[in-house]
Amino acid sequence: MKKELTRQQYLDLYYYMRLNRAVEDMMVKLFRQNKIVGGLYSSLGQEAISAGTAYALEKKDWLAPMIRNIGALLVKGVRPRDVFMQHMAKYDSPTKGKDGTSHFGDLDNLHIVSPISMLGDLIPVMTGVAMAGRYLGQKIVAMTWIGDGGSSTGVFHEGLNFAAVQKAPFVLILENNLWAYSTPVRKQVPLENLADRAKAYGIDSYIVDGNDVVAVYTTAKEAVARARAGEGPILIEAKSFRRMGHAQHDPAEYVPKEMRAYWEARDPIALYEKFLTSEKLLDAKGKKETEEKINALLEKEREFAENSPLPPPELADIGVYCTGDDCHKIRAKWERPIAEVTPPRSSVEAVWMVPGFGSGQGSGGGHAPIHFGDTQPAETKPAEAGKPAVKAPAKVAPKKTVKAVSASRKARR
Amino acid sequence: MPGTNGSAPGETPVTFLEAIKQAMFEEMERDPAVVLLGEDVGVYGGAFKTSEGLLERFGWERVIDTPISESAIIGAACGMSYLGLRPIVEMQFIDFIVCAFNQITNFVAKGHYLWNAPAPMVVRGPSGGGVHGGPFHSANPEMYFVHTPGLKVIYPSTPYDAKGLLKAAVRDNNPVLFFEHKFLYRRIKGEVPAGDYTVPIGKAVVRREGKHLTILSYAAMMQTSLEAAEALAKEGIEAEVIDLRTLLPLDEETILNSVKKTNRCLVVHEDTKTGGIAGEIAAILCEKAFGDLDGPLMRVTSLDTPVPYAPTLEEYFLPNAKKVFSAAKELARY
Repeated sequence: MKKELTRQQYLDLYYYMRLNRAVEDMMVKLFRQNKIVGGLYSSLGQEAISAGTAYALEKKDWLAPMIRNIGALLVKGVRPRDVFMQHMAKYDSPTKGKDGTSHFGDLDNLHIVSPISMLGDLIPVMTGVAMAGRYLGQKIVAMTWIGDGGSSTGVFHEGLNFAAVQKAPFVLILENNLWAYSTPVRKQVPLENLADRAKAYGIDSYIVDGNDVVAVYTTAKEAVARARAGEGPILIEAKSFRRMGHAQHDPAEYVPKEMRAYWEARDPIALYEKFLTSEKLLDAKGKKETEEKINALLEKEREFAENSPLPPPELADIGVYCTGDDCHKIRAKWERPIAEVTPPRSSVEAVWMVPGFGSGQGSGGGHAPIHFGDTQPAETKPAEAGKPAVKAPAKVAPKKTVKAVSASRKARR
Repeated sequence: MPGTNGSAPGETPVTFLEAIKQAMFEEMERDPAVVLLGEDVGVYGGAFKTSEGLLERFGWERVIDTPISESAIIGAACGMSYLGLRPIVEMQFIDFIVCAFNQITNFVAKGHYLWNAPAPMVVRGPSGGGVHGGPFHSANPEMYFVHTPGLKVIYPSTPYDAKGLLKAAVRDNNPVLFFEHKFLYRRIKGEVPAGDYTVPIGKAVVRREGKHLTILSYAAMMQTSLEAAEALAKEGIEAEVIDLRTLLPLDEETILNSVKKTNRCLVVHEDTKTGGIAGEIAAILCEKAFGDLDGPLMRVTSLDTPVPYAPTLEEYFLPNAKKVFSAAKELARY
């Protein structure tokens, strides 16, 4: 771990990792007391990923957690009581008991989009968030997470491909914890590095030790800055290990003992404490103070959560539709002149600029002797906001273009 | 107020397709938060040319050509709506909407109920048969979505309604699915007002008054039903013909008022029979107008098969005025 953060940043990361673990530890207790209504999913051993990535975002940025990203929610400003109440199906929870776990969001203040259980769905949704932010001139970045398992869904491909052609300011954290429920990563993906998936979309990727919070943070920081600058989406594979079963009910006996032992010895919090101590950023007193601060906070939060009632039964029949004007308060917040998006009549020529293409070479051999137009290397400059990536900027514009004039016949595919 | 044929008097007639284009153009003109995305909607102007000219007017940022990725298109539109945009999504053929079934039914539809996240967006596209499009370009998938709380489902039959309802859909705070029967695109014309207007979502309309039986229908089958009603009138049977226009939420009041008057109900839809809206209407009538019924609810629908390709097969598959006429005559005998 290199020393390149401010003291406060180092300590913030420590605090959020500890808070993440303490919140989940408390929920395990609540689960054993039968106070958690449904399942309980653990991010034990993966706290550095949630904390390090979310900490790289600015307040105005948007995130959408997965089931093991309670830590990211805490960094973004969610109160532990909300996490407790979600799991306990309480009336004061963000979803008023209509959904559980990390399935909640906050469009108005914290800029959090709720996940659903169908994996990968957040990728196009957050692509849309990123595109809308760019359209409105907000200079935001959208971030979400996906597991090794979820990276095999169709919508992962559709979403990341769309984000890539749009050069959306979007960062995807591929949290490779080696297990999708009981199935090891090698039975899901025939790749050594899941980051290689990025190649298929022509986007950049990073690989990072998911148990090294400083490495996670600095990598995410760089990715977020590049996405914000208009370089398009970026994929970060964070390699780690799921220390608990899929959820509380699952003893995960399918995990080899040596594998578990290896990762337990690489506990991200223990590793980080060692680093902080050696860098004289944390001592026994500081550690104790952090613990006491978190314990005091969580005691209050737990009490609030436990005292909240279950929702009244008739709430089940309320809220399917947004009726009246009060339920939808989201207005487009323009941070660029609206005139820019409403050009004068017929100012745009509806013609594709198609750059040239050259012969290709497959990795297994084969050669297509094709050459058309100007085949300069693909542009590396960021596309301007909203401009289609295929429309190359003037500087690298091909000499020859093909005018794909719209035909009047009906298209079918 | 629209006349019985859904048009306002004294205006220039436009095609169904032109009405849809006008609605999108005017909504995008009115509100810079409205954007359009879909396959080939920009440079090409849409497979049926419903968005022709929009790119030239509104530019690359507001008229977005997408990859062939229905889930990504719907998902991205949903994300856009969270920042206050009002996306219109075109499915090139509505058949492809099922490729995004999960995004629509699990993400878009449930958001408001679960976490107070309305997704004001419109998914629209050409649907329906009768044009020999074959089994994957002729679908009427409306009932998959009528079974999904949180969505609104519109299926208009006139240019006036198409324009007014599409504008209402763009302004609605909920996700709206808007089905455009492609048989109607260029075959029917109707008058639409020059000025801004909307047609309320969730309201049916009586297209023809009558006293002997009620025919409930929507979309292209409205033409068929009205044609049958003409023929019935010649035999002294006055059918009241109602255009449902919105399938979710269903206008129970208009349906019940009519059936309580005529005491007989025939439902005509191009959707296949099992699980079609006729079954739902039958249940509503049993619950709320059982004592008013002089005969069984009858239905004329497509066959319970995929939409076949050959003209002979498709004609056999679809309802037509003759089938409606026969069913109505049988019902009138009760």
